[in-house]
Amino acid sequence: MNRILCLEMRGISKSFVDVKANRDINLTISSGEILGLLGENGAGKTTLMNILYGLYRPDDGEILVNGEVVKLRNPKDSMRVGIGMIHQHFMLVEKHTVLENIALGYDEAPFFFPQRTLRKRIWELSAQYGLDVDPDKPIWELSAGEQQRVEIIKALSRKADLLIMDEPTSVLTPQETEELFDILRKMSSGGHSVILISHKLEEILNICNRVMVLRKGLLTGEARIEEVDKGKLAVMMIGRQIAAAYPKADINPGDVVLEVTGLDVDSDRGLPAVRHLSLQVHRHEILGIAGVSGNGQQELVETITGLRQPLSGSILMKGVPLDHADARKAHTLGITHVPEERIKYGIVPNLLLYENSVLKRHRDAPFSSWIQMNYGAIKDHAGKLVDSFQVDTPSINVRVKNLSGGNIQKLILGREISGGPELLVAAHPTYGLDVGATEYIRKQIIELRDSGGAVLLISEDLDELFMVCDRIAVMFEGRFMGQVTPESCTVEEIGLMMTGSTIQEE
Amino acid sequence: MLDIIVSVLTRTIVAGTPLLLATLGEIVAERAGILNLGIEGLMSTGAVTAFIVTFATGNPWLGMLAAILMGTLLSSLHGFVCISLRANQVVSGLALTMLGLGISGLWGKPYIGRPLPERMGRLNIPGLSDLPVVGKILFNHDWYVYLAIVIGIAIWFLVKHTSMGITLRSVGENPKAAESQGIAVIRVKYLAVMTGGGLAGMAGAFLSTAYSGSWNEGITAGRGWIVVALTIFALWRPGGAFLGAYLFGGIFVLQFMLQPLGVSPNLLAMLPYLSTLLVLLIYGLSKSGQRRMSAPATLGEPYVRGGR
Repeated sequence: MNRILCLEMRGISKSFVDVKANRDINLTISSGEILGLLGENGAGKTTLMNILYGLYRPDDGEILVNGEVVKLRNPKDSMRVGIGMIHQHFMLVEKHTVLENIALGYDEAPFFFPQRTLRKRIWELSAQYGLDVDPDKPIWELSAGEQQRVEIIKALSRKADLLIMDEPTSVLTPQETEELFDILRKMSSGGHSVILISHKLEEILNICNRVMVLRKGLLTGEARIEEVDKGKLAVMMIGRQIAAAYPKADINPGDVVLEVTGLDVDSDRGLPAVRHLSLQVHRHEILGIAGVSGNGQQELVETITGLRQPLSGSILMKGVPLDHADARKAHTLGITHVPEERIKYGIVPNLLLYENSVLKRHRDAPFSSWIQMNYGAIKDHAGKLVDSFQVDTPSINVRVKNLSGGNIQKLILGREISGGPELLVAAHPTYGLDVGATEYIRKQIIELRDSGGAVLLISEDLDELFMVCDRIAVMFEGRFMGQVTPESCTVEEIGLMMTGSTIQEE
Repeated sequence: MLDIIVSVLTRTIVAGTPLLLATLGEIVAERAGILNLGIEGLMSTGAVTAFIVTFATGNPWLGMLAAILMGTLLSSLHGFVCISLRANQVVSGLALTMLGLGISGLWGKPYIGRPLPERMGRLNIPGLSDLPVVGKILFNHDWYVYLAIVIGIAIWFLVKHTSMGITLRSVGENPKAAESQGIAVIRVKYLAVMTGGGLAGMAGAFLSTAYSGSWNEGITAGRGWIVVALTIFALWRPGGAFLGAYLFGGIFVLQFMLQPLGVSPNLLAMLPYLSTLLVLLIYGLSKSGQRRMSAPATLGEPYVRGGR
């Protein structure tokens, strides 16, 4: 008794302030189908699904259920037509029990003693689909896999015919993933349809009937699963043309600047994030680190810049060990950092531009002497930065939070490299910036390399890595799957490594 | 000796009543994630409103209604500032206290020292009220005492055993999850704050029209702050509010009883705060206790709808 026999999204477009997240996307799915939605982070998959779940409203386009246009203004509307969504970060109340979470906002739950009445319904659903959970346990006692089952029960109890799952396996162990896939197969044979958002090729090939690929907000490919293999999917996901590399001075790499050996680092959740990783960066060299985010890049950057304590392994900066999480020591050793979250960690938004221009160096001459700040020197320095790094600002006396993202990033980059660093660690330095700012920042990074600096560039943008880097290492689950040079490597190879296949190095 | 004990227990129940009412209200508000430090002001305004209305009409029930209305109204201001404008809840709450104390001082000036023509009546339960000892302690009070108990049981039941309670608690714990299930988070927060304000106003009404039967500035005597501490002491649970309110009410009574014996009232006055610290300490020391103790997860945080 399914209400959704066929769902269609037509010409969906959605922009956020400066990003076009979705451009003219068409999607169809019919009863019993498992559709894979593949794409890198930021490709627009989640935005598209949030539109379908009524969380965002599209700027353009329409949604049809069984051939009739429906308006989905909020999640309730979507639930009513039979769409359920399971977010990557579960929407569960940790302190409440499974029953209470399922009762939350559930129209059919009675006012008095809702838990009591729902228990039976949960047992039925559990038995039907093999969704095994204890209804009286609080959520915080459950494993990620169990919590996901609660989410599935929640959606099914609201009679969801179409289930959207956003990166469902990212928090699961391999066994739990298998269990999840069994459940999904049972659901699809019962007539439910599933949209599975993922960037893991193997999963898509394993479970889906059909796949759609998004890249930078555009639909770049669509196929039945029999028609594709890993290589084809990788190309669809990453894109074929690689822009020409920027001109670089023809200099061979010099001495080793940074040497990392056997590094092991845990994530905040206590899981291994970087596993026995080694790398070297030389003078006159840009080493790029490619990979889908969440594969340990962030932890690696934090460890090298002295923000995170490694479990084991050594970091040598020009032969001097950085053995504790000590950002100041990293700074004095000549390691500079353009952080991933530039607003949060790169600047102090409420301080003025000139104050931000000397962060980390504010305690050194000539910016201060003993206990006194030397504002003359600081303002001089800020003025020079604004001029030489083309920061577009009315004056150096404005609060930094009022600048645009691109100008903030130029200021941060300028601040970090104007001191002539030995090593620049730049994480996603052009993420979310406009074309002009992006090009400017890439050129500055190359200039730094030409003039003798070493650069470690972490990016998800393969174009960027190919255009800028001398060497590219591909990171997957905390390890390097291989190292390549941009000239002698194809997108297919990188794509495969990004999804976990190793290639033999010649 | 028995007389003294009966007297202490009787007065304990009376003294605990305003604490119970206001604490129940604060629990409702905080369960929805809104911290309201304006209780002292709300109680005080409730007290003066009830007094004036009762004085004018001769009907303490009208006084109570007016006080509840006033508390609801004033706390909706707090709601507007914290929920809609997303301002700092601590600052807004403190401002509310000052505003409430100011208003009540101003409005109450002409009424200082004037006795109330009609106080809230007593509820006599035939048979029970005449029982020796127990009858005197439990069944010989004014309406407020029983109303507070009924409201307390009702709130306990609503929070624990109804879908409304689940909605309220979820809004304070994880508003995003609630929103994703189609709950109107903002509305729930407003209703919770206003309920809390109404109960604080009612507590004030009890002080001026039942407990003392007169109005003077400072009638609340710091009870609003005890309520804030009590909410934590009760671990945000209505059941705990009963225990805490009567315990702290007893301390209030003992302050007066023990003073002639040379025990400093200041020493006893600090007991509510000291015992709250003690509860925090005891629960804080064990891992399972920490979970039970923990405040609603988003208490004090402004909620942004559909934040990306």
